[in-house]
Amino acid sequence: MKRQYDLLIIGGGPGGALAAKTAVEKGLSVCLVEKRPAIGAPVRCAEGIGKELLTDFLPPDPKWICTDIERAELIAPDGFSMLLEPRMAGNEVGYILDRKVFDRELIWKAAEAGAETYVKARATAPIMKDGAVAGAVIEQHGKIYDVHADIVIAADGIESKFARWAGINTTVPLREIETCAQYLMTGIDIDSQKTSFFLGNEVAPAGYVWIFPKGDGIANVGLGIGGGKSGAGHRAKDYLDRFVSRMFPDGKIIELIIGGVSICKPLPCTVADNMMIVGDAARISDPITGGGIYNAMYTGRLAGETAVNAIELGNTKKASLMPYDSEWRASKMGKALDRNYAVKEVFTKLSDEKLNTIIHSIAKLNLEEFSTLTLITELIRANPSLLLELKHLRSFL
Amino acid sequence: MLNIRRDICGYCGACVSVCPEGALELIDAYLTVDHTCIDCGICEKVCPLGALEVIKE
Repeated sequence: MKRQYDLLIIGGGPGGALAAKTAVEKGLSVCLVEKRPAIGAPVRCAEGIGKELLTDFLPPDPKWICTDIERAELIAPDGFSMLLEPRMAGNEVGYILDRKVFDRELIWKAAEAGAETYVKARATAPIMKDGAVAGAVIEQHGKIYDVHADIVIAADGIESKFARWAGINTTVPLREIETCAQYLMTGIDIDSQKTSFFLGNEVAPAGYVWIFPKGDGIANVGLGIGGGKSGAGHRAKDYLDRFVSRMFPDGKIIELIIGGVSICKPLPCTVADNMMIVGDAARISDPITGGGIYNAMYTGRLAGETAVNAIELGNTKKASLMPYDSEWRASKMGKALDRNYAVKEVFTKLSDEKLNTIIHSIAKLNLEEFSTLTLITELIRANPSLLLELKHLRSFL
Repeated sequence: MLNIRRDICGYCGACVSVCPEGALELIDAYLTVDHTCIDCGICEKVCPLGALEVIKE
């Protein structure tokens, strides 16, 4: 590990990997540190991604694609099932990845392009100079290194601390985190080309249950519940155990995966002097689906490009990095985050009766396309009073 | 004080993100709490496995 780089990246997930690859390809010296001993493990993800979103970054590769999803099914609290065929499901249909392999592939591409990567190497504090970030203290194998950098990218995920140490409040409100538990199960009777989503306060209050197939008879079976709904005796794992014993009593559990997903608004500002924040650390996972792989890769790449421009200009102050923040907010992803946050605020408060009404009414329509827009329209049809409560939803119609 | 049940904790970091004081930190495969903890109990609620308990003194 050298003492000075153009760019230091904290975290080796998809956000950090894309930032590293983008910046090193444009000639920056890049150091990426990952606190875990392995890239990609332990997995903290349901592993689904939209097809179009993924191919924005790299061609699909059977090495890290477990299944190609054709259909999706939405199950109302009363058990009514609505099937979404490919022509309707659009982006909701996609791939189920093998994140352990996928994340390694992304880091390998960054490393192959010339980025230095260090595992079991943890940032323990920022190096501050005149009130601005100037690098990080890195601990690896019992040794401590002061690593200086023109720009630091915080890509340290949901448990992000780096930005906080540098003075940015990253706290997620309790009611705006989904607390999640998932089993990788085998020996279960499922359609391996269909994802299933179960809604309802009985199965997953202020969240949902997912079944994401990873092969014949194998699937990620998991759920998230709103943080405000969690407590002793009714935690994510309690709900999951109940669901699994009812649906798959003979299934075998071969992995336990847990994690938190933020469904709050993104950080008010994702740049500071000499620093950018990407992916889950910036609180930019989708407030409806909880999906965050694409958002992390997109912001990682954009932060990498912004770093290249800023260093070329010889100015890495906040104003010079602001184009990163404004560009992602104005992007399709940024707009979707805004819209989906507004929808989430309504959805997580619906009673099971209202959810039933909405899903039954959507199923009756002969939909050409199923999207969050369809959901909003139907939400309002079922609850006209919502428009008064949430005037800003109107602007998305 | 906050007791971390290491036998239950799955080191997912959900608690770290909701801690209003920044008192928790996930160091590779174990969770730590420092002196800034105010025993607010938010982490105790959010934990998907029930690994955290605030012990009233």
